[in-house]
Amino acid sequence: MTDHTTSLSHLDLETPEKPFLDANELVINMGPQHPATHGVLRVILRLDGEKVLGLECVIGYLHRGVEKIGEHRTYTMFNPYVDRMDYVAAVSNGLGYCETVEKLLNVEAPPRAQHVRVILTELNRIASHQLWLGTHALDIGAITPLFYTFRDREEILKIYEKYCGARLTTHAFRIGGLQYETYTGFEKEVKNFLDFFRPKIDEYEELLTTNRIWVERTKNVGVISGEDCIALGVTGPVLRASGVKWDLRKAQPYANYKNFEFEIPTGQNGDTYDRYLVRMAEMRQSVRIIEQAVDALPEGPIMAKVPKVMKPAMGEVYHSIEAPKGELGYFIVSDGSTQPYRVRVRPPSFVNLQALDVMCRGQLVADVIAVIGTLDIVLGEVDR
Amino acid sequence: MGGPTMGQIVQYVESYLSSDKTPGAAGNMFWALVYIMLVFVGLSVAVIAMNWLERKILAHMQVRLGPMRVGPHGLLQPIADAIKLLLKEDIMPAEADGLIFWVAPFVVVLAAFTVFVVVPFGPTHAITDMNIGILFMLGVSSLSVLGIVMAGWASNSHYPLIGALRSSAQMVSYEVAMGLAVVSAVLMTSLNATGTGTLSMIGIVEAQQAQGEWFIFKFFPLGLIAFFIFAVAMVAETNRAPFDLAEAESELTAGFHTEYSGFRWSLFFLAEYSAMIAVSSIAVTLWLGGWLRPFPNLLHNSTWDLVFSLFPGVTFLFFAAMCFYNTARMPKHPLFRIQTIGLAGFGVVLGLIGLVLFVPAVSTRIQDIFWFSAKVAGFMYLYIWYRGTFPRYRFDQLMRMGWKVLLPLGLGVLILTASVALLQEKIWHP
Repeated sequence: MTDHTTSLSHLDLETPEKPFLDANELVINMGPQHPATHGVLRVILRLDGEKVLGLECVIGYLHRGVEKIGEHRTYTMFNPYVDRMDYVAAVSNGLGYCETVEKLLNVEAPPRAQHVRVILTELNRIASHQLWLGTHALDIGAITPLFYTFRDREEILKIYEKYCGARLTTHAFRIGGLQYETYTGFEKEVKNFLDFFRPKIDEYEELLTTNRIWVERTKNVGVISGEDCIALGVTGPVLRASGVKWDLRKAQPYANYKNFEFEIPTGQNGDTYDRYLVRMAEMRQSVRIIEQAVDALPEGPIMAKVPKVMKPAMGEVYHSIEAPKGELGYFIVSDGSTQPYRVRVRPPSFVNLQALDVMCRGQLVADVIAVIGTLDIVLGEVDR
Repeated sequence: MGGPTMGQIVQYVESYLSSDKTPGAAGNMFWALVYIMLVFVGLSVAVIAMNWLERKILAHMQVRLGPMRVGPHGLLQPIADAIKLLLKEDIMPAEADGLIFWVAPFVVVLAAFTVFVVVPFGPTHAITDMNIGILFMLGVSSLSVLGIVMAGWASNSHYPLIGALRSSAQMVSYEVAMGLAVVSAVLMTSLNATGTGTLSMIGIVEAQQAQGEWFIFKFFPLGLIAFFIFAVAMVAETNRAPFDLAEAESELTAGFHTEYSGFRWSLFFLAEYSAMIAVSSIAVTLWLGGWLRPFPNLLHNSTWDLVFSLFPGVTFLFFAAMCFYNTARMPKHPLFRIQTIGLAGFGVVLGLIGLVLFVPAVSTRIQDIFWFSAKVAGFMYLYIWYRGTFPRYRFDQLMRMGWKVLLPLGLGVLILTASVALLQEKIWHP
């Protein structure tokens, strides 16, 4: 068993272990109860003064065994559980799971259901990015944007609440389509939200984008190259900010994303500022997608023909979607029974968190906080 | 034997009222003690008010209401908090250095309160007038870093230690720029017939009065730049956003006072806010004309004097009117009756104070205090505004700004001020 208080990142193995007597070094334990670790992440930092020599993440404080639970539930019963992984982007989790099982069952959701799914998922992307922006800015010391983003996120949650009764862990989608038809005035409310939200992005940007302190705190902080991102499996806005144009919505279109026009915003430097800009641009692109989806919302059924008792043929399937935080993949093995033989989730937060050490080395303590924020991790998803 | 007779007491009171000196300078111990009590109580009330105002103003900047439950519009919230803090268990970490841990908050509070000995609320309204007033203020206020280092070290914990290191480095480096800015203002006091300047806080304001110009506008833009340097340095000096690295919540949980709780913690809180008021007082005294009312020289006929003498009363009446307006807006539910009555009562008290302030005898004596407090209050608002707007600087950026921007700027301003003063003395107006 590893002694967590002294062992550091495996990348540090070449430096000989020495007792902690060096007056220049300080090992501090950040978390699991710390205001800026976004939940229960524990980071063991080795510091030289304020400089970070290395760090190790200790995770598992929020482990609930979601994958194991999946083996003991039917396909339908497991659906609400996935919402509890990345609880700020529950709709995306649901979309990924439903699409994976649909792939396993060889059914496809009807066009109307697909459109509504895209609308709700993109709304969720906005909500997730809003939460990221608020908490990230709070970590860097700007306390006001948090309240602005939460105020505006509320409007999205209201739409969810009206649609399916839940605000956070929505369980909005079903395998094969949707359970609920959209409520009366759904399109109008979504469009109202878009009109309301567009100037709000400018408002956020006004507070931060050209703010001198913000730029100083984020430029050249937590730099990671595109190659390193690929080597570490980092996806999502973090990868795109490093200049790699990889978005599963374009690269491997799922749902009906191929019908919509949008761009993939990318950065060049791979620093915290670029990641901030990429996410801001993504919110604008999401607005574009939602607008097109609402305009082209077709009539028709919302549920495909799926058997009441799902017994997919023996086999395995991997399907991934572009969740707000990166590639969210589900690997499901079916043994032909009503319950999956194995559910494996590839969570973007967990994989992205690997890059923390690479991004923080040689930086200062304050930058560790900024980088944890910019990675946009949700511990529910890291630990599952 | 017997105590002092009534006549002696009356004499004491009269001796003060007729004096044109501060009680300390006049050697009037009785009035000096009264003043110390007044300043202490006033400061505590100011800190309490500041606590409520900061929450409210910050809340309104952040589209929320802030405290609303304890008392009408949360007016009693600071008192509730104070009671809570006093009743809290006083925890001392087992590994802490007991004595130093115990002493540290008192050192901080002592440093923060002692500076008010020389703060001039008016030409006679100060505890004393030291001939080295500004030096005393800077010296004593920088003692608080000792308390912070003691607190951080004695806690025997990593976060407080880093917080204390940060704050000591920060305060020491910003004091240099601060000192340079102060020197350039002190230099301006020597621009008179005799050519002798003064370090006395009262003397500095009187110099501004004599020269007919607040030092912020003196040698434009030199005075303004010096003021700007001081205004930045004073925020860093008091560990407030955007320079609140020493207690950066998201990084170091609570910085140097992480291990403190209850009453000791509230002492740090008290010290922080009184330090803010203290440095704002320095800025007001040095650059914004201290107790002088706006435009003392442009608008100085008797009509304007009358208009400006109405300001204190009008301000309090305005606050009273706000209370009454909000009383009218209170929900009409019976549960809100006590709150509504309370708010109306508060409004009545404020209104009465406002009316008393219209009495000419009171009004003339209170003028200077009012303008001084109003200017300090402006700075307090700025502090809150900064906190609501700015992200936090990083440690190296903070140091870079202190040593590479403010220090050269301060030196430059000092040299330029000296040169311009010399030119004015020798060439333009010999």
